[in-house]
Amino acid sequence: MTTEIDRQWTTRLRKRVVETLPPDKLLPDTQPAYVASWIYVFGVTTLAALAIVILTGCVLAMKGPLWWHLSGTGHFVNSLHLWSVEIFFFAMVIHLWGKFFMAAWRGGRQLTWITGVVLFLTSVGAGFTGYVSQTNYDSQWISTQAKDGINATGGGAFFNVLNLGQMLMWHIVLLPLAAVALTAVHVIYVRIKGVVPPFEEGK
Amino acid sequence: MAKKAFNPDIDAPEYKGKYSPYDIIKEGTIAVVVVALLTVVLAVLFSSPDEKAVTIKSWSNATPMDFAATAMTELDGSSGTATYGPPYNNAATGQQVGPLTLAKWMGINVNVNTANDFVVAPLSTLADQPALTSALTTFASASSSRRANWEANYSKGLSSGSFSNGVLQVAAANAGPLPEMLGALTAMARSGALDQALVTQKGFYTTDYTKPLLFMADGSFLANKAQVQHLSGDQWGMMNETGSYPGQAWLWLYTMWYQVPPFSTSWGANADALVWAFMMLLTLLLALTPWIPGLRSIPRKVKVYRLIWREHYKNM
Amino acid sequence: MGLTELFGAVFNLDHVGRYIHWGFIQLSVSNAIVIGLMIAIFIAALFLPFPGRRSRREGK
Ligand code: HEM
Repeated sequence: MTTEIDRQWTTRLRKRVVETLPPDKLLPDTQPAYVASWIYVFGVTTLAALAIVILTGCVLAMKGPLWWHLSGTGHFVNSLHLWSVEIFFFAMVIHLWGKFFMAAWRGGRQLTWITGVVLFLTSVGAGFTGYVSQTNYDSQWISTQAKDGINATGGGAFFNVLNLGQMLMWHIVLLPLAAVALTAVHVIYVRIKGVVPPFEEGK
Repeated sequence: MAKKAFNPDIDAPEYKGKYSPYDIIKEGTIAVVVVALLTVVLAVLFSSPDEKAVTIKSWSNATPMDFAATAMTELDGSSGTATYGPPYNNAATGQQVGPLTLAKWMGINVNVNTANDFVVAPLSTLADQPALTSALTTFASASSSRRANWEANYSKGLSSGSFSNGVLQVAAANAGPLPEMLGALTAMARSGALDQALVTQKGFYTTDYTKPLLFMADGSFLANKAQVQHLSGDQWGMMNETGSYPGQAWLWLYTMWYQVPPFSTSWGANADALVWAFMMLLTLLLALTPWIPGLRSIPRKVKVYRLIWREHYKNM
Repeated sequence: MGLTELFGAVFNLDHVGRYIHWGFIQLSVSNAIVIGLMIAIFIAALFLPFPGRRSRREGK
């Protein structure tokens, strides 16, 4: 017999969440024995680098877009931001290669793969808008060059790479939000599905 | 319902083997600490690039003749921006993918009229210059054929002109108000006032640098600097960074297509649109790999997975 | 600014870089190093033995 409490939206949502992602799947204490390769560390490394990218970006945000040109400390924080981005892409690309060679989309894990690809694109976009928000010669050159590519697709009518305010908003609000949300889906889906098992050999 | 046959490239075998202890929180913490340390080390070792922005002031002081010649092309409508097409104006159709005129369909949403926005409007902000004011009035009331005539005459003079003693020296007969206008604009540029006039056309606050950037991109100062730094499109410049820092290396595939035929040759006029279209297609293939027969079998066939899971296979 | 001196770059990269020309390929040495390292680390990750979880025969 279902009670009124059972029919509440809140109750139903909680049950659904706990069913698809019970705590011991979200935070497991064991792992299949086949997970024993350095290749597996690049997902977490990407995640950690994303955290550092966001953290250093937040420090830059506190003082505004011109701070890093004018202060030694600001320049150093900018260096931290740049190098964490380099590590982020570095790890993400190795992660992608690794997941490809494991065919890690098998067993209903297609969503993990697709969110990964979209994350890659989002990250390229976030990197690009960061480069054009630098407010220096590099951003001037990159934006005046890149406008032709984006205009050619028709995208230039909405996305004006020469508009600093617009690019900065994309870089520090919209794309990070998208990246974090997609990363959450990506990683939670891995927890729900478990790490993909090896191919069966000798068949 | 019949069970579908097991496809090794889509389905995963059920794992019935052993489990080992795994501390996910510890792993995450170690990763954050290691990445943070590595970031600090790299930042201390290599710092980061920051080459000062070019201004119209610095451009017109370094190469006043290039500035004046560019300003002339903005006025007579022959500059890159003036002839661009959408999204700036309707001087051209813009690039297309086959019959698809994507840029044109999306319309002119970033309106730029180079003669007015880059030359006439900034000059009209200069107060208390009677000679300039009357030159602007003469220009405004002249017919377009008359203007074209002045522009042709002045352009000719400009190409053999020079800059000395702080003024443009251009021998051009029959150029109407243009010597006064271009002279004043050059002086305005060299003072830094033009930088400001170009961004404040919509009011006091600004975060939009479309106009000064387009103006500078029409000249050769920005591009010459880029050439030296290996940043040009035909130098795989999209991947590169000022100085000798690593750049956006992940753009290698995108920038590569610009270097190879037919994108670099017969498709050149629409290269941007076609490279983009092609890259979107490739991205779609990557995203849909799990559904593409052949492509999705590559990992199983190349057998790199045997290295990754060698412990597992050894223990079977 | 004490931090500036402390955190100034040890290796100054503020000079025009060197470039590799190989057929139609042009690549900055710095990017080549990054890409090379990426491939090297990928291969190392495939071949290096992973510590700790070595052939654990006893079950859970
Ligand atoms: C912001 C970028 C990304 C982050 C933070 C991230 C993070 C992670 C993490 C933490 C895992 C679980 C641990 C592991 O197996 O390594 C994972 C798994 C996975 N990632 Fe990513 N990833 C990102 C981008 C990508 C990309 C670009 C792809 C591929 C196109 C991808 C494909 C996958 C797949 C298929 C799995 C499932 C692995 C399995 O079941 O064995 N990810 N990711």
